Amino acid sequence: MIFRGKVWILENNIDTDMIIPGKYLSFTDPSFLAEHCLEAIEKGWSNKIAKGDILIAGKNFGCGSSREHAVVALKAAGISCIMAESFGAIFFRNSINLGLPAVEIKEARKRFNEKDMVEVDLEAGKVRNMASQKTYLFPPLPSIVLDILKAGGLLPFIGKTNPNNFPASYLRSTLSS
Amino acid sequence: MGMTISQKILAAHANLQSVKSGDIISVKLDTILGNDISAFMALEELEKIGRPPLQAARNIILVLDHFTPNKDIGTAEQCRVLREFAEGAGIEHYFEGGRSGIEHALLPEAGLVVPGDLIVGGDSHTCTYGALGAFAMGVGSTDLAAAMVLGKTWLKVPETIRINYYGILGEWVGGKDLILYTIGKIGTDGALGKTIEFYGPTVKSLDVEDRLTMANMAVEAGAVNGIMEPDPVIQNFLADRSRRKGIYFTSDYDANYEQELNIDVFSITPQVALPPSPGNAVSVQEASGIKINQVFIGSCTNGRIGDLRVAAKILKGRKADSRIRLLISPATPGIYRQAMEEGLLKIFSEADAVILPPSCGVCFGGHLGILAKGEVCLSTTNRNFKGRMGHPDSKVYLTSPAVAAASAVRGKITQPSSLT
Ligand code: SF4
Repeated sequence: MIFRGKVWILENNIDTDMIIPGKYLSFTDPSFLAEHCLEAIEKGWSNKIAKGDILIAGKNFGCGSSREHAVVALKAAGISCIMAESFGAIFFRNSINLGLPAVEIKEARKRFNEKDMVEVDLEAGKVRNMASQKTYLFPPLPSIVLDILKAGGLLPFIGKTNPNNFPASYLRSTLSS
Repeated sequence: MGMTISQKILAAHANLQSVKSGDIISVKLDTILGNDISAFMALEELEKIGRPPLQAARNIILVLDHFTPNKDIGTAEQCRVLREFAEGAGIEHYFEGGRSGIEHALLPEAGLVVPGDLIVGGDSHTCTYGALGAFAMGVGSTDLAAAMVLGKTWLKVPETIRINYYGILGEWVGGKDLILYTIGKIGTDGALGKTIEFYGPTVKSLDVEDRLTMANMAVEAGAVNGIMEPDPVIQNFLADRSRRKGIYFTSDYDANYEQELNIDVFSITPQVALPPSPGNAVSVQEASGIKINQVFIGSCTNGRIGDLRVAAKILKGRKADSRIRLLISPATPGIYRQAMEEGLLKIFSEADAVILPPSCGVCFGGHLGILAKGEVCLSTTNRNFKGRMGHPDSKVYLTSPAVAAASAVRGKITQPSSLT
């Protein structure tokens, strides 16, 4: 799984209230949520995002509420992959579960400038900054996480495997990796 | 190597002799909790894969507490969908209307959580149940959907940080102050992806409510769950509430901790967390004098009867400053009735407070008591993120019910001891 896109850089501790505030949680329409995504930081933030763009953030990205609307909003805004120094634990699961790759990479914010083109290779655990021509490594995601991402998320993944085997079927793949 | 309480609970639910941090395991769930926001989205997700049969309908608890009483037509429709689902699926533990309250206050009160339980909930403050010796973690709607269908989930056994509290608490200091102080010390990512085990003589001396307040905010330090050793205090609390007995796991003396911290509570004074992070704890002295527009007493953190009693003690015979709005929301109908019987609601009403129904509305900026641009709220809730309770340029300070009540009287952040 390879993703190529322009990067946008965010601060440390971006919480899910900031990504999509509580007042919008009675909506589930992805394009509506995208329209309001991160608007507390910049009105119309999602307008500048092109399909496939990549988000870079500091530590604790997606901390706070378990609202999956945050992932829906980022995905619908066009974000194809998130790289952060660390992720809120619930956000990380949500992101993978909805098929949006989330990768931990040390000092992520120092290694890129806004709008640099980058290429992320999930299986190889490599990200290349095409502007600086530098390559950085990250620990490859566990095979179970990759399998969920390849299926497009947790529920399509369950749909593909025998639900009666779940989660044993994907545990096997994880444990054997 | 010994195991911690969390590891023992996880091993028991994975049908394994033992587990260690980092193991990826499949676990059977005792309880799967959803609310009007998370469960609605979970149903939408299940719709997309053709609504598979639920293997765990018996273990599902649904609480409509976030946008209830319904805020508008959209939220009313979402609640209707959930109501029809609950009826169709035969969900026994379905709460709405006058039987519903804030989920994390409601479940313990109704005796629906016992020690040793393994719980996932479509809400980040599901970690509250750690106070009862349960392993409880918040998840999103997709995990919730999968858990509803399968009655299981997978997880990575987290590392444990043990925090040992000792010493005697000062006047007006309680569970909220301990947890705000702790998050201030370790930071909002201090326990990222880990378990916090709250331990020590001070924790043992706390009542159930103060323990629930502490466990509630474990997620604010990034923790997956925050757990306490269940003891006779918990046993007494559950005695006439729960039909289930529970398993009272304790950590082995040679259990492995990623980190151990000692906190002497003697010097801890009432705390205030400055916006926009629950990690910005300072003593109330440092924040005193800050002007406020609204005070909110309520939520899954501090909307229980003990919290209301503390507030009433301070507000009795006094009035909220005329320049501020004081909002008080008992967290459940049971707490509401108790407050009525004890005369607390009369005290609040005479203090010019607005008494709100049990609801999450104010706490997450959903409805009821939304802040305008530039306004400041002092709140007994758990999050003060940018725009949490309204306009992105409004501010929230977090504190205990005692500081909130005293500050309501003065119209600015005030030490409770300065009033008495
Ligand atoms: S009271 Fe606030 S923190 Fe608690 S469940 Fe409701 S919205 Fe969440």
